Amino acid sequence: MSGTDPEKEKRKIKSVQKMKEIMTNYYIEAKGAADTGKKVAWITSGGPVEPLIAMDVIPVYPENHGAMIGASKMGVELCEKAEEMGYPRELCSYARSDIGCSVTNGGPIGGLPKPDFLVCCNNICGTVMKWYEVASRYYGVPLFMLDTPFTHRKFPPAAKQYVIDQIYEYIEFLETQCGRKMDYDRMQEVGRLSVEGLRLWQEVLDSGAHKPAPITAFDAFFHLALIVTLRGTQETVDYYRQLRDEMKERIEQGIAMVPNEKYRLLWDNLPVWYRTKWLSEKFAAHGACLVGDTYTSAWSGVLPLIDEDNFLESMSQAYSQVYINVSLDIMINTLRRMIEKYDVDGVVMHSNRSCKPYSLGQYDLQRMVMEEYGLPTLMLEADMVDERSFSESQIETRIDAFMETIKS
Amino acid sequence: MITAGIDVGSITAKAAVLNEAHVLGTRVISTGYDAKKAGRSVLDALLETLEISVPDIQTIVATGYGRNTVDFADKAITEITCHGIGAHFLNPEIRFIIDVGGQDSKVIRISEAGKVMDFAMNDKCAAGTGRFLEVMARALEVDLDKFGDIFLKAQHPSKISSVCTVFAESEVISLIAKGESRENIIAGIHDSVAARISALAKRVGVTEPVMMTGGVAKNIGAVKALEKKLETSIRVSEFAQVNGAIGAALLARNI
Repeated sequence: MSGTDPEKEKRKIKSVQKMKEIMTNYYIEAKGAADTGKKVAWITSGGPVEPLIAMDVIPVYPENHGAMIGASKMGVELCEKAEEMGYPRELCSYARSDIGCSVTNGGPIGGLPKPDFLVCCNNICGTVMKWYEVASRYYGVPLFMLDTPFTHRKFPPAAKQYVIDQIYEYIEFLETQCGRKMDYDRMQEVGRLSVEGLRLWQEVLDSGAHKPAPITAFDAFFHLALIVTLRGTQETVDYYRQLRDEMKERIEQGIAMVPNEKYRLLWDNLPVWYRTKWLSEKFAAHGACLVGDTYTSAWSGVLPLIDEDNFLESMSQAYSQVYINVSLDIMINTLRRMIEKYDVDGVVMHSNRSCKPYSLGQYDLQRMVMEEYGLPTLMLEADMVDERSFSESQIETRIDAFMETIKS
Repeated sequence: MITAGIDVGSITAKAAVLNEAHVLGTRVISTGYDAKKAGRSVLDALLETLEISVPDIQTIVATGYGRNTVDFADKAITEITCHGIGAHFLNPEIRFIIDVGGQDSKVIRISEAGKVMDFAMNDKCAAGTGRFLEVMARALEVDLDKFGDIFLKAQHPSKISSVCTVFAESEVISLIAKGESRENIIAGIHDSVAARISALAKRVGVTEPVMMTGGVAKNIGAVKALEKKLETSIRVSEFAQVNGAIGAALLARNI
């Protein structure tokens, strides 16, 4: 007799359905933009999307697309396509799979809609600059490059002014592309909605600090999509309010995402998109719950730097100081706060072959976690999209051994 | 209480049978094509020599890459924990274990009680593993068992710079073509393996005394090259290759 396990049903996050609906409509609208006359801009995941929303441009994210490709297990085929074209295997798998998709219109949604222009912010890595230059040449569309200085210790006023000047250039660029002026009242409103969405998202993530956690990092990887793609919209605010409320209810009702949560862990780096379910089940089988992660909190992590009343100018610093555009010392502080907030028993680090800026320094982070907190850490070598860099039996042995260490 | 440990590795399957803290016997066979069958065969082969039958064994723990295929075991425990316990049993002073097996190498730091404090494994690459040495032995047409003795005769170890097994093999082939002596090439190969493993060991932090386990520990060349690289003496027990199986049998007492 087949049937659903009521306990398992109870644990499912109900808002998932709404999320799928929003994302489906978003991609339908983006793919149909040519018919509605709306402009489509491709933008990097860490780029300032708010001016695009204010100008009624549909933002499209090759990186979000890359995550979808990874989750659909279509990464290898598309990466191989890019490799055939001459791109090396060392290149980021988001870039490779997206480039592979551009020329084949393959992947889970038959390729992204053609961009009218491109917006690239290098606060997440240097790869995006070349990747977007390639896209600009391939599609024959203009590219705006926003350069965000790296923060070693402090963010000097000159650096701030340098980014502010570029933000106004960015707006001019948008005005030229769209053929109309920016409505600054609308811009301010979008900024307010962006901050509200980020706050609600942070509350969702904070709920993982509750014991037992009503949400895991694996769920956060999924629910993150809107904060990346559509922050600054009312829809996003509404969605995260719903999700936040659901988390509150789950806490009140004592619903844990991992039944019999015994061990609490932190995740570092991007997800292994094609193995989130496998990893989630693997850890859950040990009674371990990934209660928080450095990745999904990267967007809301800069909230303290944003001044809602002066959104445009304050975002210059916020966008410059996202989690991986800062020194290891600053990253270590962020990790310290998370270890304490989530009260974890260990840290799992994904050494991501694709994302060098994120993976560089992980051994130092590991040492800090070990020396300051006496917590065990696990290093998993893999890749976010390219399955060829994942060795199941090796990863399995590492996870099992790590859990044996925690349990002993 | 009689317990058994079965360690199914990528190249060999090992079994150990213990009566409390006394090793009754150990056995090593080739894993071959069928890892599942290898676990059974190695235990049967050992039991035959010990004149013990399966019902006499109270608990069995399986370890190694094939640990989950040993369906008659009471529990599967990773080789990291098993090597820690095994080394601690063979010599309670040991604080650091370098286990080099067929498809991977591991470094394990243990506490005074034999508990695993930290560990690291090689990444998805055969460099620094038994398989690397096997490939090189084939390229040099030398019996792997003789590698250690030949290593000791080398005057000037060759430099093998590639960490990739396939590229290193081509390097070895060009060294052969240049007329470099077997001894020097073999010493160079061992230095390359040692460099790879010592980087892994230093990442975790070497705490003395150090023990080497796994099949590669039987190769004196690998041990000497590592001792030089790590600037420490390395202990090798007669049970090096079956250390994981012994650890598994010891852990079986607590199930």
